[in-house]
Amino acid sequence: MSQRFKDIDYIGVFLWVFRAIIIVLVIYGTVSKLFLGVGNEYTIETWIDFFVSGLSQGSLYALIALGYTMVYGILFMINFAHGEFFMSGAMTSTVLVATFLSASGFLDAQPLVSMLLITAVSIITSISVALLTERIAYRPLRRAPRLVPLITAIGASFFWQYFFRGLFGSALIPFPVPESLQGRWTIFGLEFLRTRVVVMGTTVIALVFLYLFIQRTKTGKAIRAVAEDKDVAALMGINVDRTISITFAIGAAMAGIAGVLWGLVFRQVHFYMGFVPGIKAFTAAVFGGIGSIPGAALGGLLLGVIEAVGPPLFLEGLGIVGAHQLKDVIAFTMLVLVLIFRPQGLIGEKLAEKKA
Amino acid sequence: MALLEVNNLHAYYGNIHALKGISLQVEEGEIVSLIGGNGAGKTTTLRSISGLIPPKPGAITLGGEDLSNHKAHELVSRGVAMVPEGRGVFAKLTVLENLEMGAFHRTDKDGIIADLNSVYELFPRLAERKKQLAGTMSGGEQQMLAMGRAMMSRPTLLLLDEPSMGLAPVLVEAIFDTITEINKNGTTVLLVEQNAHMALQVAHRGYVLQTGTIVLSDSAKELQRNPMVQKAYLGIE
Ligand SMILES: Nc1ncnc2c1ncn2[C@@H]1O[C@H](COP(=O)(O)OP(=O)(O)OP(=O)(O)O)[C@@H](O)[C@H]1O
Ligand SMILES: [Mg+2]
Repeated sequence: MSQRFKDIDYIGVFLWVFRAIIIVLVIYGTVSKLFLGVGNEYTIETWIDFFVSGLSQGSLYALIALGYTMVYGILFMINFAHGEFFMSGAMTSTVLVATFLSASGFLDAQPLVSMLLITAVSIITSISVALLTERIAYRPLRRAPRLVPLITAIGASFFWQYFFRGLFGSALIPFPVPESLQGRWTIFGLEFLRTRVVVMGTTVIALVFLYLFIQRTKTGKAIRAVAEDKDVAALMGINVDRTISITFAIGAAMAGIAGVLWGLVFRQVHFYMGFVPGIKAFTAAVFGGIGSIPGAALGGLLLGVIEAVGPPLFLEGLGIVGAHQLKDVIAFTMLVLVLIFRPQGLIGEKLAEKKA
Repeated sequence: MALLEVNNLHAYYGNIHALKGISLQVEEGEIVSLIGGNGAGKTTTLRSISGLIPPKPGAITLGGEDLSNHKAHELVSRGVAMVPEGRGVFAKLTVLENLEMGAFHRTDKDGIIADLNSVYELFPRLAERKKQLAGTMSGGEQQMLAMGRAMMSRPTLLLLDEPSMGLAPVLVEAIFDTITEINKNGTTVLLVEQNAHMALQVAHRGYVLQTGTIVLSDSAKELQRNPMVQKAYLGIE
């Protein structure tokens, strides 16, 4: 008789209640915002604007998140220095290339060539920093307990921050945006910030290239093989160390591209600029399912959109003032919720299945 | 000189002394079986030969060339291929992609296609399942895939670690028939098995390994008649 009550899983009940409260709050906030007119000052265009800027911000998260997810996929390690790969490319290309191109007038005369040049330098810098970090700080620790490389990664992150601060100073450095990318374009009768369009277009191209590379090329298949079983991959003649380096390099290249795009959108770079985007992109990778490449892309986009649309939609609807400043709260609440309710992420596999 | 020569090979896992100075030879064209109970060191022997475990100390030569200082991934191009214990197929790669990985070091496209076709001839089931994810195949099919994948590197020496493990008796017969066929086509085989009965039936010679030491070596026929082998490994009183 009393046996039935002993079977109740109290933690499970608590989590269900918690989940229900969150859902009710979101629905209540949304409904009161949209239909009860609690300060409903936004037009449909404004909502679209929120959404598009969210998509563009999410594209940046997605590009950075790829590096987290690929390294995790192959080494089961969270590379907390990844935000610094992103920062190093953005800063170096801004200081060494963009500033000069802008001063000489070449940036406005040849915007496409200039942007490609800036991006190339950014990618090369990010890759170099990533390869050095992997070779010096991570590879010797490959057989160490998991906590060790994690702490090393945090150390490496600090190292690169202060290295680039020493190199380029601690001031905010303006990123020059070519004239032709300033202002808005009208597409389908709607106006979009040009930089946002460039960000989204570039991200789509980068994602397609990455997907084809991983699925179709010999190196891409080797990366997937090493991710599954390093010993067996070596038995196939695959150089495991080299494949891991390549994985770091690809993630860093994506971060380097994101660095330039970040400069276009926010118009400034800084030695500390990798920290918050790094954590947001990590959140996005976990959200999508860490280890999964489509998961990182999806997680990044969703995080960007929720951050942009969430505050005006359900936070303002709940009567919270200054909701926009709470977008980070939404991002990290989401991280916690995902970790509690769906640790494998949206499209990730269960970790237990993944590796014993 | 024999194709594969292992001399006084030691191996350690931390403090565990898993191989205590074993020596063995495999002549070109032979099938040699290495039998022994659980934990005898059979897998360790194969992992040492294929470069996954560094010999400490020990000499391993293939066709006169010293292998002991090479990494595993460098050995494939020298003619060593291994089918690991538990098959080790890449579950999230397709059958075809798994086979392609076997030919990873090769650049001769025509040769690869020719070998792909001969693997499909050896294992017609693989041809039907090219696009299937390897992880969704049955145990027997995965064993075929692992063997086909190893053959894709055109090995001179094929190392097989318990290919019959966990398979139904009919499949075990089929796998051993295939091993004989692969050997007849010119590949030398070093076979590790707990199924001593089958292993000694297909092999020319055999070694018996006990707790890291080779305790017996003889022709397969003699081993089958040896009272100690009959008692310990063939279940004959
Ligand atoms: N990774 C490892 N770490 C520590 N000890 C190990 C490891 N792998 C094997 N050993 C030990 O080394 C010895 C030899 O193991 P090995 O796997 O070579 O045996 P085996 O003959 O292949 O056995 P089985 O027939 O069960 O596969 C055993 O005592 C085993 O416990
Ligand atoms: Mg074994």
